[in-house]
Amino acid sequence: MIRAAGLEKRYGSRRVLRGIDFELPRDGFLLVTGSNGSGKTTLLRVIAGLAAPTRGKVQVDVHRGRVGFLAHEPLVYRALTALENLDLFGRLYRVPERRERIGMLLERFGLWEVRSERVEDYSRGMSQRLALCRALLHDPELLILDEPYASLDEHGAGLLDRELDELAGARTLVVSTHDPARIELLATQRLVLA
Amino acid sequence: MTYLADVAALTRKDLRVELRAQDTLPAMLLFVLSTLVVFHFALPEGTGEDAAYGLLWVAIVFTALLGLARAWVPEQEHGVFDGLVLAPCDRSAIWVGKTVATLAFLLAAQVVALPAFALFFAPLDAVALVGVLLADIGICAVGSLMAAMAAAGRARELLLPLLLLPLSIPLIVGGVGSAISTEPERYLLLLALYDGIFAVLSWASFEYVVTES
Amino acid sequence: MSSAFSWIHGLPALATLAAGLIGLALLLSFFIAPEDGNQGISQRIFYIHVPIALTAYFCFGLGAWKALLLLWRGEERHDLESYVAIHQGTIFGLLTLITGAIWAKASWGVWWTWDSNQLVLFLTLFLFYCAYFMLRFSLPEGPRRSRSSAVYALFGVALIPVSFLAIRLAEDFIHPTTFTRDGPQMTGTMFTAFCVSWVAVTLLAYVLYRVELVGKRLHTDLRELREALE
Repeated sequence: MIRAAGLEKRYGSRRVLRGIDFELPRDGFLLVTGSNGSGKTTLLRVIAGLAAPTRGKVQVDVHRGRVGFLAHEPLVYRALTALENLDLFGRLYRVPERRERIGMLLERFGLWEVRSERVEDYSRGMSQRLALCRALLHDPELLILDEPYASLDEHGAGLLDRELDELAGARTLVVSTHDPARIELLATQRLVLA
Repeated sequence: MTYLADVAALTRKDLRVELRAQDTLPAMLLFVLSTLVVFHFALPEGTGEDAAYGLLWVAIVFTALLGLARAWVPEQEHGVFDGLVLAPCDRSAIWVGKTVATLAFLLAAQVVALPAFALFFAPLDAVALVGVLLADIGICAVGSLMAAMAAAGRARELLLPLLLLPLSIPLIVGGVGSAISTEPERYLLLLALYDGIFAVLSWASFEYVVTES
Repeated sequence: MSSAFSWIHGLPALATLAAGLIGLALLLSFFIAPEDGNQGISQRIFYIHVPIALTAYFCFGLGAWKALLLLWRGEERHDLESYVAIHQGTIFGLLTLITGAIWAKASWGVWWTWDSNQLVLFLTLFLFYCAYFMLRFSLPEGPRRSRSSAVYALFGVALIPVSFLAIRLAEDFIHPTTFTRDGPQMTGTMFTAFCVSWVAVTLLAYVLYRVELVGKRLHTDLRELREALE
């Protein structure tokens, strides 16, 4: 599913990733750990296709329309409501039965009540939950989550636990975190960045 | 067909965001009207009409710059740009949506400004208005792309005018020419040629500017 | 590692040839070609001014070509080549404006005239490419910078014909047109002097381009060596 060989990423003269090699089969769960600044976010962005490696290659055997990405930022429009945001991305990702799927996800992540409020009025935890909805909207084959627990509240974290339980083994997952204890058991592979 | 559907969804989004936030359009309107007032004092007594047309075009370009400087701000908040780039739609659709929306705002500001100009300074005939429309298309097309380039770096508010002003010179030549020349068709043709070349170039190269691979 | 060194091949020979040709061109331009009936001595600047202007266009064209290669083939080395070509073009552009001003002062008594649309539009291009450097300096090193620079460089060459058309539309009274549709309005010796000068300046630009490239690649090689040792 994902193959990385001699992956290097440099920003100017600073080398953030050096010599990364790994292979993740379909439906595997890769856990990426490392201290702050070790390049976890950079690696995930390279896998997602947002950044190009300076050296080496990464091969992802899935079209970008089947990839779901969760970043530190929620990746949703502040001025729009949850419904409007998900409707837009639902159209762009050609999600079938868009309305039903959006409704289902909003309810699943406890956002149905606030679906017509603008994102700028949400708390951090709420916008991250919306970001999760966005990432899962098109039922992606590959899910890339960058420190998903970092900005979730207790409620949200519990919802995410449940979600990961279901997805592990059924979808390919790449998750980065600096607190591995929570999801260690689900992972099939681990990559530690120095 | 999905391309057009994507463009429609993106344009609708841009219009909706602006109508909610309501900071760009009022600013553009106020700016162009204030500029016209300043021109009244800047033009000495007895200056010919032709000078007024020149200043009109300066006003138009700077109003467009104001609008374009804010064009990608909604995408820079919350990292939405990444979200759009990750989507399976053609990246150029993002550019089309943004260009159409910016054009709509510029035209909206001009609907007020042009009659004001015609009333207080010099008349504008149909040919001059066609020139304005063509030039608007050119500025918004190229400007959306340049704004996206500038947005990725430091000092983006400074950079956009620097990138856009040299490129807007043929547009100003065309615009002023269509207003004052005895053979305005040639200037309209220049504007149409500019639009044709640079809109296609901007459309085709947007993908390269916003992606790394 | 061999990247910088392979670029040095033949460079000293080329540089010597360029220097020699420049010397010959100056000789022909200022001493051997006959004096122009209308403008006198000041016309001799033409032998330098026009080749420099043409070379500037050539450099911008080279920069755009390398930019196209970067976007098309994706090889990073084209970014540096494009940048250096445009850098050279901008230098020669500045020289064009300076020599043009000298010619204008000598011929028409003013350092600058807005009526001369060819000068004005060259100024436009010059400003455009100065903005290129502003763009480059504001973006961090990486694919975004190379791609944005490349796209901008392509816009530059698209701007040339459009600006040229804008010249033709607006009235042009003062800038003397030496090349008309019937061919150059120069005698045989003048034409020879012009051509030698043109070839010499173009070759000089190319040599400078290669030299700058070598310098920049050496810098990159050195940095990579340092990192490999860490």
